[in-house]
Amino acid sequence: MTAPATAQDSGYNFAYLDEQTKRMVRRAILKAVAIPGHQVPFGSREMPLPYGWGTGGIQVTASIIGLADVLKVIDQGADDTTNAVSIRRFFARTAGIATTEKTEDATVIQTRHRIPEMNLRDDQIIVYQVPIPEPLRWLEARETETRKMHGLADYGVMHVKLYEDIAKYGHIETSYDYPVLINGRYLMSPSPIPKFDNPKMHEMGALQLFGAGREKRIYAIPPYTRVESLDFEDHPFQVQTWGAVCAICGDGESFLDEVITDDQGGSMYICSDTDHCGRRVVAGHKGPGGPEEST
Amino acid sequence: MYVAVKGGEKAIDNAHALLAEERRGDTDVPELSLAQIKSQMGLAVDRVMGEGSLYDPDLGALAIKQAMGDLVEAVFLLRAYRTTLPRFAVSTPVDTAAMTIRRRISATFKDLPGGQVLGPTFDYTHRLLDFALAEDRTEGKESAQNTAEGDGAAMAGPMPRVTDLLGREGLVERETGSEAATATDTPAADLTREPLGFPAGRDLRLQNLARADEGFLLALGYSTQRGYGRTHPFAGEIRMGEVAVEIVPEELGFAIEIGDITVTECQMINQFAGSATEPPQFTRGYGLVFGRSERKSMSMALVDRSLRARELGEDIVAPAQDEEFVLYHSDNVEAQGFVQHLKLPHYVDFQSELVLVRALREEAEARRREAAE
Amino acid sequence: MTTMSAQEARDDGPLLTATGISHSYGDRIGCRDVTLDLWPGEVLGVVGESGSGKTTLLNCLSARFIPAAGALNYLLRTGETADVYAMGEAERRMLMRTDWGFVHQNPRDGLRMGVSAGANVGERLMAVGARHYGAIREQVTDWLGRVEMDLGRIDDLPTQFSGGMQQRVQIARNLVSGPRLVFMDEPTGGLDVSVQARLLDLLRGLTNDLGLSAVIVTHDLAVARLLSHRLMVMRRGEVVEQGLTDQVLDDPQHAYTQLLVSSVLQT
Repeated sequence: MTAPATAQDSGYNFAYLDEQTKRMVRRAILKAVAIPGHQVPFGSREMPLPYGWGTGGIQVTASIIGLADVLKVIDQGADDTTNAVSIRRFFARTAGIATTEKTEDATVIQTRHRIPEMNLRDDQIIVYQVPIPEPLRWLEARETETRKMHGLADYGVMHVKLYEDIAKYGHIETSYDYPVLINGRYLMSPSPIPKFDNPKMHEMGALQLFGAGREKRIYAIPPYTRVESLDFEDHPFQVQTWGAVCAICGDGESFLDEVITDDQGGSMYICSDTDHCGRRVVAGHKGPGGPEEST
Repeated sequence: MYVAVKGGEKAIDNAHALLAEERRGDTDVPELSLAQIKSQMGLAVDRVMGEGSLYDPDLGALAIKQAMGDLVEAVFLLRAYRTTLPRFAVSTPVDTAAMTIRRRISATFKDLPGGQVLGPTFDYTHRLLDFALAEDRTEGKESAQNTAEGDGAAMAGPMPRVTDLLGREGLVERETGSEAATATDTPAADLTREPLGFPAGRDLRLQNLARADEGFLLALGYSTQRGYGRTHPFAGEIRMGEVAVEIVPEELGFAIEIGDITVTECQMINQFAGSATEPPQFTRGYGLVFGRSERKSMSMALVDRSLRARELGEDIVAPAQDEEFVLYHSDNVEAQGFVQHLKLPHYVDFQSELVLVRALREEAEARRREAAE
Repeated sequence: MTTMSAQEARDDGPLLTATGISHSYGDRIGCRDVTLDLWPGEVLGVVGESGSGKTTLLNCLSARFIPAAGALNYLLRTGETADVYAMGEAERRMLMRTDWGFVHQNPRDGLRMGVSAGANVGERLMAVGARHYGAIREQVTDWLGRVEMDLGRIDDLPTQFSGGMQQRVQIARNLVSGPRLVFMDEPTGGLDVSVQARLLDLLRGLTNDLGLSAVIVTHDLAVARLLSHRLMVMRRGEVVEQGLTDQVLDDPQHAYTQLLVSSVLQT
């Protein structure tokens, strides 16, 4: 599963970006680490992949990665999704570094929409791709106003949204991109990961870096930092659960994807984290199998 | 010395001659054929057909050649031609479920009946200039290799639409109107025959959006993603391929197929909290355009959903939700004409303004002197 | 009861002191050299026709914008006096959403139209850190009751309410944080006469019961007479007359005030 380092494409600098740009990005990252959860503007570059497809994450990864690193790229938890394959290939081609699908072997993990099920260590870095870095954007469209709200820690309106959810549905409705408060100060978007993954961010060993290319923002959570999901005392934050297990490895605790198996309403669930699922199968776990058994 | 530009048949003739010369360019380079444009610049042809509202790849190629690659000008040419055509029949609604699929993806399910079919797409290419393409190459070397990939081949047979799969559980709103109605009862609105009226029905809006400028829709769709009238979209399904066009000739009384067209369809699935009469469910935004115009069909679906704000009881606060704003400014033939009309002489109006501003300045100056004394 | 006796209040000095407030818009004067004291529990009416500068003055007094010249001092709960114009924005925002209120003429300017009446009222509590849904809900319910709203409509959007009801929600939204000072800009403007009368009744009751200080801007002398203890008459940006409300209205001294009063009496 681990692909060794390959010859780097000679037409480009190591990891595509020129060294000046990498330094600029690193300065932004350092500032972001120093002010956990604060969005640091940076001179995001045009990349050879479209905006919204991970250009922020790619620039962050390109700026921190070195020859000795081993890169894992996931999208929706899986290494084999098209966008993950594409980004992994991009780095294999422009940096010639080793890549892996094994979470434990990776030194840098770039992700879109998930955090691996396995606990990350403090010698690892996880890089999130972020489409909309501003957690207040849905309540206030103007950047000038949201910057001010962050400056003044004026976050009451976020709770207004949660209040509305409870008044309307009896519980908080946000299921992904669930806002978090970092180290008791900055309200932050965790990127569109399911809220299932929010607790993993709290006191995580790995450095967490967030890159938003189109919106030109970088932010970070240093290792072992307090990350609280917003809630009310009498309506505490809760993660989603499934009344099902993975058809392949039988796990009932991991985040499950629904796969539609026919046009008669048949479906089954499988682990979204393909590496996690594979590891469990190797360890001898077995799920109920395909659609016939599960429906 | 300043020479007034007053018509001058000679000046116009000369301008046309210069244009023709520019169009041809360097005569040492072989002239482009329509077949080349049609087969190698197919996406440009598709865009021109879509916004030109006329499905004819040959004429699309001609328009592009004549317009020297200016696609908005080419759209204009095609529209002007379209006006002259008699209308023999109105087709029955095309059935995209029966599409011969060349590409079909869903962002909402990892796998689904029929599978994900990537097809020909720029999506996962790295945007690195391929200098190999700059060299003239011998024919046919590339093609054999490409068709070997199973993914490239068209998939036959029905492939259920994602929205139909969700519909089975009642999770997505039922499509009303066009789908329920057959072609013969309430005819769909047609803004090429009747001027826009407000409030506009969804059929009229969709027609407007299908003909709308891609750039305009793209920007509006994008603005909804950035908080200006958010709709919580998911790309439920995008499919591209060939569908049959059928008409029911009066003398026959049954449908006959008159040909195939390539279309791209996008079904966005959007969150909806529910209302007094409707339970919480997913709602739809719909995009359907001629040819392989994925970006346009997606933008169209986003804007279609935004424009349903009134119908769904949502606050109208953003430009993309404002029906009059969107529908009146989406047509690039109208827009480019009016913007560029500023090149026409406005001597008379301007002269009047000139006199007025001079007078106002004199008055202001007089007041200033008076105050100073 | 949170109200102080009038004597206690006097001992602490005025709640709000404005000195030499002047503001103009280019050539046009907004207000010129206005100086006033507002005492705890006092309701000050500011009257004048449109363009007289009363709204400009209200915006300056409430620090919604900072005038070109003048000073504004506010007696904090701690007993210290704060220079409002010199405060940092964070501090000023905090003051505005805890100790102060602002009731707009148009409820659209003072409410979030996209969230429910309950959320509108609860917002201030959440902005200052309330994190118990049940407790917030309870206080919201209490306040909607005090402004005589139908509690069955707590989760409805303001857009579904009449103008008078929207105004009640706006008042509850401002009072829920227990402010000591409320600014009101034509609070009953644009409402039907009968709706107006009931709203005025409610406002008078609330200011009395809570011992609120208030500055109320209105062009309607009847509103001013009903609500305010003291009255300021403005014309072309300047204060032309001030005094106890009854005194000013019953025995106007300035010619302009006389004109204002007589024009009402004759209709």
